[in-house]
Amino acid sequence: MEVPVKFSSVARVSVVAAITALALTSCAANEGSPSASGSASDSPAASNLSGELVGVGASSQGTAQTTWGAGFQTANEKVTVNYDPSGSGAGRKSFIAGGAAFAGSDSALSDEELAGSFGTCKADTKAIDIPVYISPIAVIFNVDGVKDLNLDAATLAGIFSGKITQWNAPEIVALNKDAKLPDAKINAVHRSDASGTTKNFADYLNQNAPDVWTEKPADDFPYTGGEGAQGTSGVVDAVTNGTNMIGYADASRAGKLGVVKVKVGDKFVGYSADAAAAVVAESPLVEGRGANDLAIKLDRKTTDASHYPIVLVSYAIACETYKDPAQGTLTKAYLEYITSEAGQKAAAEKAGNAPLSADLSKKVATAVGSIK
Amino acid sequence: MTTQTERPKPVIRLGDRVFARSTLIAGSLILVALAAVAIFLIVEAIPALGADTTELKGSPSNFWTYVGPLAFGTVWAAFLALLIAVPLAVGIALFISHYAPRRLAQGLAYVIDLLAAVPSVVFGLWGIKVLAPAVQPVYAWLTDNLGWIPIFSGPVSGTGRTILTVAIVLAVMILPIITAMAREVFLQTPKLHEEAALALGATRWEMVKMAVLPFGRSGLVSASILGLGRALGETMAVAMVLSPSTVISFVLLQSENPNTIASNIALNFPEAHGTGVNVLIATGLILFVITFAVNFIARAIVARRKEFSGAN
Repeated sequence: MEVPVKFSSVARVSVVAAITALALTSCAANEGSPSASGSASDSPAASNLSGELVGVGASSQGTAQTTWGAGFQTANEKVTVNYDPSGSGAGRKSFIAGGAAFAGSDSALSDEELAGSFGTCKADTKAIDIPVYISPIAVIFNVDGVKDLNLDAATLAGIFSGKITQWNAPEIVALNKDAKLPDAKINAVHRSDASGTTKNFADYLNQNAPDVWTEKPADDFPYTGGEGAQGTSGVVDAVTNGTNMIGYADASRAGKLGVVKVKVGDKFVGYSADAAAAVVAESPLVEGRGANDLAIKLDRKTTDASHYPIVLVSYAIACETYKDPAQGTLTKAYLEYITSEAGQKAAAEKAGNAPLSADLSKKVATAVGSIK
Repeated sequence: MTTQTERPKPVIRLGDRVFARSTLIAGSLILVALAAVAIFLIVEAIPALGADTTELKGSPSNFWTYVGPLAFGTVWAAFLALLIAVPLAVGIALFISHYAPRRLAQGLAYVIDLLAAVPSVVFGLWGIKVLAPAVQPVYAWLTDNLGWIPIFSGPVSGTGRTILTVAIVLAVMILPIITAMAREVFLQTPKLHEEAALALGATRWEMVKMAVLPFGRSGLVSASILGLGRALGETMAVAMVLSPSTVISFVLLQSENPNTIASNIALNFPEAHGTGVNVLIATGLILFVITFAVNFIARAIVARRKEFSGAN
């Protein structure tokens, strides 16, 4: 018996040693790579760019930013782009503190934030909001025997806040005369994690049906009723696998599920990339901002049937003038790339967002062009 | 005195010293790590106690009303998991140690140990994709026919992602730990006790009841506590499977379930900022305290049972 026991203890020790060695080498590999930040070249030519570009912010942009980072790094081999999808709030905070060259954020800078100073920017200059990522939010459903579903904001608010509980409720029947709605409980699915998707969806409901949706929009779903699921894929999964389900998710993930047509004006509009881009392009800008600040006051109450009002707009927040000119050059080049037609198309393929419309692209190009 | 001085000095080899030192270092390292975690939690949690919590989900009036349902959900889910896992684990362990033919027992033991190697995220996926849709019709039947029992009352969840499903997933996850320990303990039962019982004319079940179970009781409690510890802290699988809400409710089959602390941190940390982070860390501190309390209670039980366990 002794020999095998010894052998196994030796084996165990060697396994531990191997694991330790692995851990140590991986540590060393990380520490070994020198940080290249701040060594960006002054030359304006794109191929001469070098250095590290750090962005922090919204996870909604995560997939798009990864795509853009890869595309930009391929074109500029000496550049490293790091985007940390740690959340809009965290992004704005670290940008203000000077820890990031740009922030990704599902909401534009607030007036209070604009009144303060920005660590990354040259003293006494401000930051600007540039819309870079537009994503329509689809209301998806899975109800036996129902293919098309028309709903308005008040009914949607009633369903998701738990005030309308049956599929054959009079409010729903009134909007869907031809559909065979079952006499069954509505299972409404919302995001159980904090999310910009929830905030934008809630904002639409709150603006259009303030009597029903009384809670102010936030990243957390405000009501206790309904079913919670983690992440976009969790919601889509719950709607797909459950019975008599309805939920909201990034439109790119709707797949084969039924999609609700939302009442805009007196028509029912399904989501499309064009309709989403249109509502963003034709919404007014927030007043009282600098000329190049493109913070958009989304027109959720639009009555134009070519618009789809449930849309998430995510910004890149950058400086007007950078403290470090090299960083300015690098950020400008990166933002030029991501807002270009090629950049938007690349992201749309991977993340399924709606590319910026031609109108908005022009304004964005001017704004990005002003970055120093 | 003289006899003592004449005695040869005990030889202390270098290896002895090195080994004694290294065990001392290893032992103190665990205390240092624990202290570091505790200090981090306390320091980061302090700002949360007076924080404005109206921004949090459900707009709770203060931190304690926020953490209450979470603490409840944590303990409730873990308790349910234990309720499912312990009887199963005892059965499996007894089968392996006393009933199964030797070959089958070994194979089965390996398979059970393999379960412990499955990452929790895989259990989460299994919970969403396989278990929840499979049990949903059962839940619907339960609410229709046994709905008069309060814990089975409706309306039933349309997806099956309820706290009972979470408890089943957790039970599967903690099963290998409890089974492995219980099996080892049962195998330690003195052969003489077992043979004496059989010789007195006991059937195999009576032998297990009289000799094996009393002997293994304290070990079984320790095993359950290890399992409970994992169930209390399990994050990923719960976050993926559970449909959470901010309620305190014993109901098993509805969409509104109390969330667990660990899962709530996982769900909200990625987008948290400002004092929101402190509040989440403070809930982590509460989980730390709960786990400690559970461990102390378990130790007390084990200590009290020791004298009756027949292990002496």
